[in-house]
Parts: sequence; C-alpha cells; structure tokens
Amino acid sequence: MIFLKLIITNLMRHSIRTVLSMAGIAFSVAAMLTVVTILQGSVRMFSGILSSDSEMIVFERDVSDLFFSSVPADAASRIAALPTVQRADPVLFGIVSSAGHPIITCFGVTKTDARLARASWVAGDPGSFGQSQGGIVLGQRAAGFLKAGVGSTVPIGHSSFHVIGVLKTANGFEDGGVFMPLGDAQTFFHKEGTSSVVTVKLRNNNDAKAFKESVSALSGNLIALENEEFSHSYSQFKILKATAWAVGGCGLLLGGMGIANTMIMSVFTRIREIAILRVNGFSRLQVGGVVLGESALVSAVGAAAGLAAGSALLFALKNISALDGYIDATMQPLVLLVVVALALVTGIAGALYPAIYAMRIRAVEALRFE
Amino acid sequence: MSDMHNPVPASQAIIRTRDVWKSYDNGAIAVLNGIDLEIEPGHAVALCGPSGCGKSTLLHLVGGLDLPDRGTVTVKGEDLSKKRDMVHFLRHEIGFVFQLHNLIADLTMEENCLLPAIAAGRSRKAAKERLGQLAVQTGMQDRLHHRIQKLSGGERQRTAICRALMNEPSILLADEPTGSLDERTSGAVFELLLGLTRNQGVTLLMATHDRGLAQVCDRMIEMHDGRICEER
Ligand SMILES: Nc1ncnc2c1ncn2[C@@H]1O[C@H](COP(=O)(O)OP(=O)(O)OP(=O)(O)O)[C@@H](O)[C@H]1O
Ligand SMILES: [Mg+2]
Repeated sequence: MIFLKLIITNLMRHSIRTVLSMAGIAFSVAAMLTVVTILQGSVRMFSGILSSDSEMIVFERDVSDLFFSSVPADAASRIAALPTVQRADPVLFGIVSSAGHPIITCFGVTKTDARLARASWVAGDPGSFGQSQGGIVLGQRAAGFLKAGVGSTVPIGHSSFHVIGVLKTANGFEDGGVFMPLGDAQTFFHKEGTSSVVTVKLRNNNDAKAFKESVSALSGNLIALENEEFSHSYSQFKILKATAWAVGGCGLLLGGMGIANTMIMSVFTRIREIAILRVNGFSRLQVGGVVLGESALVSAVGAAAGLAAGSALLFALKNISALDGYIDATMQPLVLLVVVALALVTGIAGALYPAIYAMRIRAVEALRFE
Repeated sequence: MSDMHNPVPASQAIIRTRDVWKSYDNGAIAVLNGIDLEIEPGHAVALCGPSGCGKSTLLHLVGGLDLPDRGTVTVKGEDLSKKRDMVHFLRHEIGFVFQLHNLIADLTMEENCLLPAIAAGRSRKAAKERLGQLAVQTGMQDRLHHRIQKLSGGERQRTAICRALMNEPSILLADEPTGSLDERTSGAVFELLLGLTRNQGVTLLMATHDRGLAQVCDRMIEMHDGRICEER
C-alpha cells in the first residue's frame, strides 16, 4: 500500500508529464490494435473467399501472389476427377476498374461455384448466371457504389457488362466485387484456358495427404495446401501481418521512449528522496521496484486507454459506409493479449535504465545533494 | 568526566571507531584524520565542532552509509566494512534524523513514518501501533493525517524523530536535528529527543552547533580538523 502510495504520489506530482506518457502508450496501443485487427480481418476475408465451402486450395507452385498463379483448365478438370475430391471450383481473380472506382475485385467462377450458391440473391435469378455472354453478378455493395441493379449495363475496362443479379455475402471483398462467368473472365483478362486457383472440397477430411500427393503427381507446377496451411504460408499474408506488427511496434517503441524519458526525469529530480528511502531501510530492489512500478502503472493505464480508443476507432471504421464490409473489426483475444503484453514490456524496458540508475544512487552523496 | 579517565572497555562500547581516516577526491580533501571513539550503550553523546570539521562524515560512517579509507568502525561488535547486509543494519539498528527533516513533503506524517516499517517488512497494523505510541510521546497524535507541507518546522522534526524510531533502532544518529529551528522549538525538540532515547535505552550520537544543548548530553565531543580534540 505504502509502495503504491509512493508511486501514485510521484505520478501526481507531474500529472501533465504522466498523462502525456500514458497518452504515448495509449496511442501506440490503439494504433497497433487497429492496424493489426484490420489487416488480420482482411487476411481472414481473403482466406474466406478461398475457403468458401472447401478445405484445400490448389495453385501454381512458387508464385508470390495468387493473382499471378495460373492453373490450366485440363489440370483443373483432372483434379475434379480425382477419387478423393467431392467438388472442385476453378476461380480466376482479376482487378477491374470502372469510372471512379479504380479497384474492384473480379471473380471468374463457374455457374456451380459454391460462392454463388451460398450467397443470398437480392435480385436476379441464380439460374441465369453463365447463360448469356457478358452477364455479370454484382456484390450488393458493388451494386451500391456502381449505382447499378439487375438490367443495368456497367462499363468495366473497355467493355460493357449486363447485370443479371445482385447478391449479398458476408465477405467484404466479395460484397464489393464482380462475379463473371469463368469463360468471360478468361477472355477479359487474356487468360484463356486457366484459372488462378482451384478450391477443393474433399470427400473425406483425412484424404488431405493423399490429395496433395495426387496433385503433385498430376503436375510438378502445382501445389495443394490446406486452407489453414495456406493462410500461414502465403507470403502476401505474411508481409501484411509483418507490416502491421512492425507499424504497431514502431509506435510502441516511441511510446517506450516517452516512458523512458519520463522515468529518467522522474528519477533525476528525486535523487534526494531516493537517498532518504535508502537511509530509511529501502533495499535497492525496493527502490527499483518503485521506479518500475511507476512505469508499469503508466503503461497499464496507457494500454487500457489505448484498448478503449482502439476499439472505438475500429467500431467507427466499421460503421463508415465507404468502408462498409471491408473492415472486419473482430478483435482476436490473442492480439489483445500480445498488444497489452507488448505495452507492459515496453513500459518496463523503458524504465530499466532509470530503475538501475535509481538503485545505484548512493545515499551519502545524494544526501549532500540540495 | 569519568568517561575520559576510564575509557569504556572495548566489549561494552556499542559504537567504536579505531583510527578512522576519510578523505574525498582521492585524498585531496582530508576530512577525518584518525578518529578513535567509543560510545557506551544508552548514552547521549553530542558531537561539536566548527563547520566542515567532519561531523556529518563521521555520522555517515557510523551509520554505515559510507566506508572509511582506513581504520574500522564497529557497531555492536561488528566491523561495518565486513558486514554483508547493510540494508538489515539500516532497518533495525540505526535511525537517522537530519537538519532538514528529509521527509517526503506530499505524503502525510503517518505515511512518512510507515515507510521504514513497511520497507522492513513489518505488518501495517504493527507499524501503526508503534507509530501510535510514538505520536503520543511526541505530541503528534493529532497530526497523523496532515501532509508534511502543512506542518511547522518543529512538527516536521518531531515527525522525523518518530520515523527514525519506528523500527526500534539501538542507535539514533542525529545531524543537527535542531539546526533549522528557532531557539524555543529547538529546546523542545531536543528535550524530546533526549527523553525518548533515554526512555527507550537508545544510544544517541548527535552533531550540533548548539553548545547549550550539547551540555545537557551525557558526553560532549569536540572535533577540529578531522580529529577529536576534547571530550567532556
Ligand atoms: N562527497 C564529498 N566530496 C568532496 N568533499 C566532501 C564530500 N563530502 C564532504 N566533503 C567535505 O568534507 C568536509 C567535512 O564535511 P562534513 O559535512 O562532514 O562537515 P560538518 O562537520 O558536518 O560540517 P557542518 O557543521 O557544516 O555540517 C567539508 O569540507 C566538505 O566540503
Ligand atoms: Mg554536517
């Protein structure tokens, strides 16, 4: 209690300084939480596209980005014919632009594709997909920002497409995307006879290993991964996640420097008081504990404030209509834990030098210090 | 008088210094030049001498805050330079009172006094009981929850005395405890100090410029240029 009192008393003496260093930690925690959560959300959404009613994904070995992957149509049909496979959906990814909307994700899919089957159709007839040349289906949000509905004609790239349906899916990328019949997409993107990936649903989950081997045997250029495996190994995801943590980490580093600065000032202006504590029987460890306790308290309060601010920011972003559906603001417990732990560790690391300095103060010398 | 003619047998002295030398800046400033001193348990001893003669330095050595360049300081038969656990020594054997009270100004009197007890691992309850007694003895029982900032100089010094006595030390080292007080307050604080230490059998070693107060102690030691030059 008396230790806590000492800590709080000292923090209150320089309340502005204290609040500033708490704010430093709070900002970095909020930044890290938001950036990591949003990027993880995107990764989750993107994986969601791939794993829609499937558990394996087949793509070209050693590509850095799925947009560059190319799976020949005959390989796709041979995969579909494998005994372990229940269904296989070739998907061609592309990016298209329309007036004022430079980046719209485009999915070239077959008419039996699980994505179409599982989405709820807001307008149009699921049966008509792939029947007529140039007929596309829009995600509901894409329909919104393109101001299009069933029957409208939408200019995409150099061509025009006829909207035959609007569907609603929970996935932000899909909801803001365009679905084209696979053949049309192949023509449009000049990728005749190929798809980017084949998503596969197996008859039996235990067949994964056998399936992978069959795919390798089928073509040395292709690789099959379980969705989980893919999410962990796909380099774009890794880059995104690493970037998120790095951005957050830099923020925390700054926060930590703020704490270090505060604690150095706090110790240097209190040398005599620390000497008094020593003379009154405080051990080095107890003195160090007071200093570390002070920074731990600052970081803890800062982290709490940062979590609150970060959650509020995520909530706000999620509800900005322009970003509708693109933000998956579900905070992962592990991320929360890591962010808070990092904040505390930074706080304590920042106070390490000041604490050691305080522990080394010699009472005799400090007592002569006015 | 008797002390000077019949030095205390070595085994009886609670504080003993043998040929203690201390200098600063690598010997450039010689402060103590061979101090031999023996103090009997329970005695109140005044340390007088001109400013800069080394009184504070000697107190710091006896309190184990610093080590002599040469010679030994022995407390309760133990050579301080060989002592391992100085923290334990400071917690249980020594109490310090300084000229500037050296209290933490924005804590209350009670909190200041609890510091050494809690640091030493005593329970809050036991510490508060002890403080209760000391507060009554020093007439500070109504000031327990006042912040130091709001106390008078005499009250601050009485707080410092309570704090120094919290862990029932056997030795109280006082460095000009009344130096910043007016004459009347100074007399009152000194009497309290003397009364309390006598009462509880505590050995008092006090540096002071006030010869009037020094006269009242059991012994008075004069220092000059880092040597003991006269005893009474
Ligand atoms: N850390 C130090 N470095 C250098 N010189 C020091 C140091 N500490 C003390 N001195 C010097 O040692 C001498 C004795 O100091 P000390 O404080 O013991 O004197 P004092 O008798 O207590 O004086 P006063 O009555 O003024 O308190 C002084 O000249 C002082 O300047
Ligand atoms: Mg002095």
